[in-house]
Amino acid sequence: MIEANPASNYLGAAHGLRSWLLTRDHKRIGVLYLLGVTFFFFIGGAFAVLMRFELATPEADLVASDTYNRLFSMHGIVMTFLFLVPSIPASLGNFLLPLMLGARDLAFPKLNLLSWYVFMVGGLFTVAAAAFGGVDTGWTFYTPYSSTYANSNVMLAAVGVFITGFSSILTGVNFIVTIHKMRAPGLTWFRLPLFVWAHYATSLIMVLGTPVLAITLLLVAVERLLGVGIFDPSLGGDPILFQHLFWFYSHPAVYIMVLPGMGVISEIITCFARKPIFGYKFIAFSSMAIAVLGFLVWGHHMFVSGQSVYAGVAFSMLTMAVSVPSAIKVFNWLATMFRGSIVFDSPMIYALGFIGLFTIGGLTGVFLGTLGLDLHVHDTYFVVAHFHFIMVGATVMAYLAAIHFWWPKIFGRTFPENWAKFAALMVFAGFILAFFPQFVLGYLGMPRRYHIYPDEFQMLNVLSSAGASILGVGYLIPMVYLLGSLRIGKKAAANPWGAKGLEWKTTSPPPVENFETPPTVEGDVYEYKNPHVVRPPEVTLARG
Amino acid sequence: MHAADAQLDHHFDDIHQQREAAGLGMWLFLAQEVMFFGGLFGAYTIYRLLDYAAFQEASHHLDVTIGAVNTAVLIGSSLTMALAVRAGQLGNNRGVSIFVLLTMLLGAVFLGVKGIEYSDKWHHGLIPGLHFTAETVAGRGVELFFVFYFVMTGMHALHMVIGVGLMLWVLRMAAQKRFTPERHAWVENLGLYWHFVDIVWIFLFPLLYLIGRH
Amino acid sequence: MRPELQFFPPAASTLANDVDLLFWFFVVVCGFFGLLVFGLLALFSARYRAKAQRYDPNHAQPLWLEIGWALPPLAVVAVLFVWGAKVYVEAYTPPSEALEIFVTGKQWMWKIQHPNGKKEINALHVPLGRAVKLTMTSEDVIHSFYVPAFRLKRDVLPGKYTSMWFEATQTGDYHLFCAEYCGTDHSRMIGRVTVMSQADYEAWLGGGEQLLSLEERGQRLFNQRACVTCHNGLPEASGPDLVGLFGSERRLSNGETVTADVDYLRESILYPTKKIAVGYAPVMPTFAGQLSEEQITALIEYMRTLKAPEAEGATP
Repeated sequence: MIEANPASNYLGAAHGLRSWLLTRDHKRIGVLYLLGVTFFFFIGGAFAVLMRFELATPEADLVASDTYNRLFSMHGIVMTFLFLVPSIPASLGNFLLPLMLGARDLAFPKLNLLSWYVFMVGGLFTVAAAAFGGVDTGWTFYTPYSSTYANSNVMLAAVGVFITGFSSILTGVNFIVTIHKMRAPGLTWFRLPLFVWAHYATSLIMVLGTPVLAITLLLVAVERLLGVGIFDPSLGGDPILFQHLFWFYSHPAVYIMVLPGMGVISEIITCFARKPIFGYKFIAFSSMAIAVLGFLVWGHHMFVSGQSVYAGVAFSMLTMAVSVPSAIKVFNWLATMFRGSIVFDSPMIYALGFIGLFTIGGLTGVFLGTLGLDLHVHDTYFVVAHFHFIMVGATVMAYLAAIHFWWPKIFGRTFPENWAKFAALMVFAGFILAFFPQFVLGYLGMPRRYHIYPDEFQMLNVLSSAGASILGVGYLIPMVYLLGSLRIGKKAAANPWGAKGLEWKTTSPPPVENFETPPTVEGDVYEYKNPHVVRPPEVTLARG
Repeated sequence: MHAADAQLDHHFDDIHQQREAAGLGMWLFLAQEVMFFGGLFGAYTIYRLLDYAAFQEASHHLDVTIGAVNTAVLIGSSLTMALAVRAGQLGNNRGVSIFVLLTMLLGAVFLGVKGIEYSDKWHHGLIPGLHFTAETVAGRGVELFFVFYFVMTGMHALHMVIGVGLMLWVLRMAAQKRFTPERHAWVENLGLYWHFVDIVWIFLFPLLYLIGRH
Repeated sequence: MRPELQFFPPAASTLANDVDLLFWFFVVVCGFFGLLVFGLLALFSARYRAKAQRYDPNHAQPLWLEIGWALPPLAVVAVLFVWGAKVYVEAYTPPSEALEIFVTGKQWMWKIQHPNGKKEINALHVPLGRAVKLTMTSEDVIHSFYVPAFRLKRDVLPGKYTSMWFEATQTGDYHLFCAEYCGTDHSRMIGRVTVMSQADYEAWLGGGEQLLSLEERGQRLFNQRACVTCHNGLPEASGPDLVGLFGSERRLSNGETVTADVDYLRESILYPTKKIAVGYAPVMPTFAGQLSEEQITALIEYMRTLKAPEAEGATP
């Protein structure tokens, strides 16, 4: 094991705020993103806490309807655009991609720093929208409500989302170029870690999807500013066209949010099962399949919107097709565990939680993709529960799994394992309690975005709020021990988990240039061995 | 060690890798631009289908002659841009300066003509939202057409302004004799960008001015 | 409605039974796959703990296995897709003999118009055992008409009609919700759907003060607004004859053909120059902003009843 020399690692190489704010080191920018997205996660979380408190009773007793509408809108906007989309790619992807590829940095370091600033400026606009009275359109900005009727800070929020969009485009371009052009000698496409494959697929969506959202929001802004009809039918526009354009980005964006998480889980499962990943190519290609199919299914958000019945049928069929690559991933993860030598360290606990919650989220997604059922459960809590299982259950679980897995690498410190395992179980339990009752509520018919609701829905809402409280505490615990580990944690070894992959072959934390000597790759990425297997003596046939 | 090493960023292995990275990055950026304008073109096309009569009427308010002249100007600027790129590839910094200046000039002519067209629209009361007083037969669809006209040509003009701004930067680099046969990614990528902006106009001109005319 | 803890909603339409059957089939199928994944997770976690077992990790990764486990989900989703599509298409394709009721959504209330002119707000009375078609539009933003007990919803759009239908199977009071977020009082844009026996419904429909029927109101508007000046059926008239026009195929001046359905008529009243019938000049003034959605509905209802006398005789 190589001992980290504090002066030569990227954290100790320079000091002071300036050295961080002007850095071009992808590792430092990754840490800046980590701070940024975690900050926005807790802001979005605070909105959620207030909502769940309000929903504990059927009447309006904590806040007025206008306030409640702002709470769920801001929760959605902050969580989607400022947390989920950049979460894993911009923080961990930024930090890890060059390390995994054996490169010294991303292809465009200045652009990388620029994208962080663009992100923060966009975030600032969005937070300003909240501070100056909020926005009440929901995160979906449906027209003509957003363009003509809403009298909240739609412009500020839309501008904020528009700006953060550019940050994810820049990140996507940077990642794709880096993966194409900066792989270490010997690192062929099929030796790439699946984390890299997942980020490649994600980046494609970022680059091709985000501009459509940008132009859509621009058109909403023009309509709102000038009072001309683009989407408002009373002025000659078509509100359904907005939905088509919006979901053309925002459905693929769902895969921006979940694909990197799948990449994380692929890394962790194989590491802690001490076994090469099962079906490497199938997992890699399923990421690409999801990215491509993801662009063809946007209409499943509009089954009941008044689009033609035939369009609904076509979109439903394509939606069903997306479920297959997702199922392939889950089965391959399970097969990786089969006959492994599984170690239950904290990242693995989070990863197993991911598989469980993703499975529930995915299966209920098939419910929603089925036209006959969507008639009933569309725009109800069933949908809310479904996408929280994917976005929070799966993605946030993967985010936490990744942070725990690579924390020793990023900061060179270890954290208390027992606390980490406890927090993982608490998050899992809290999550199930918070969101499972919402499936029942949805089938009962409780519409989403309801401030007040009929009395008979109360018991399930109380359960959900209780679960949300547990979940909230579960999210705070890692904050405490992880931050604490920076001060009192033991120094981490270069490869504390016994993992494969180039990022573990350098010191923890890595040096500024990532590797002492530029690495070359000779074998497959996941050459895990079961440490307990006793190999039979090799039988060699006598020659001659 | 050869002379180009001074221009090699620390994280690349060699100048070849660096140039390829810059090129791929530019193409990806253009792919992003295609999707951006693609969304606009898609929306325009759908509304055109929904309200054919109004869009037809509205396009008669546009001056084909001015549009055609501007198209010629822009194609000319693409030619001068291509010559600038060629000069850059040969390491001819003087050539880069001359042709980039010419491109800027043609770009400015285009934008100037566009400005004249815009002010003409104001006089005829064809500015949606702010000053729309024109008598129309086909109703609100005419105004919707002009919303798209201004958003599309406006976004195109904005891209041109950015392009001209980047040319200032390239001019500075040429003045410092920074372009060599090994290193000319800046002027090459600027060329790609400018041709893309040009192509957008090649689609805009028939979509807005020509089809539906008789 | 008695506030009580519920786990499953009442089912009060023919569609509700179809949707519930599909739902339970789903629960079984997805439950199977879900339990399979959870079961294997638990089994492998217990069985293959480090040190508990010793296996060589480099076992075969056969292709047949990858294909083998992709096929069952594919087959299952194919079945679910076909079944789901069938239910969906039926729910949005009203039978021709359905009783038609007009719904107008507006921030934040539901306005209902029955064919005989009776109006309701945030309440809808329907007869048991008879197909009811809702023709819906909005005066402002997008709403969504949702009756959980019927397992049915559809967005209610401004500037356009959408429709859906149901046949109630249980008398009683049921929730009506707005399911598409529409602003401040979205969660108060609720109402009640009352399913009544045929006899009760007739009595209810005939009760209260007798209003003009929709058709009569439409006819009155038709004269008041001077529509009749041009649409008078005379050979030299500058507007098309409206008798027998509803539901017919219309040739347009740009060569296209459209069906004269509710959407076409609505558009032709509000934006008359958008689609010009062959042989006519675009001279009709716009009525956008001058007629309420309810008045437009009445006009359309009136046009629907304008049938040529011989055509009436011809239909059995």
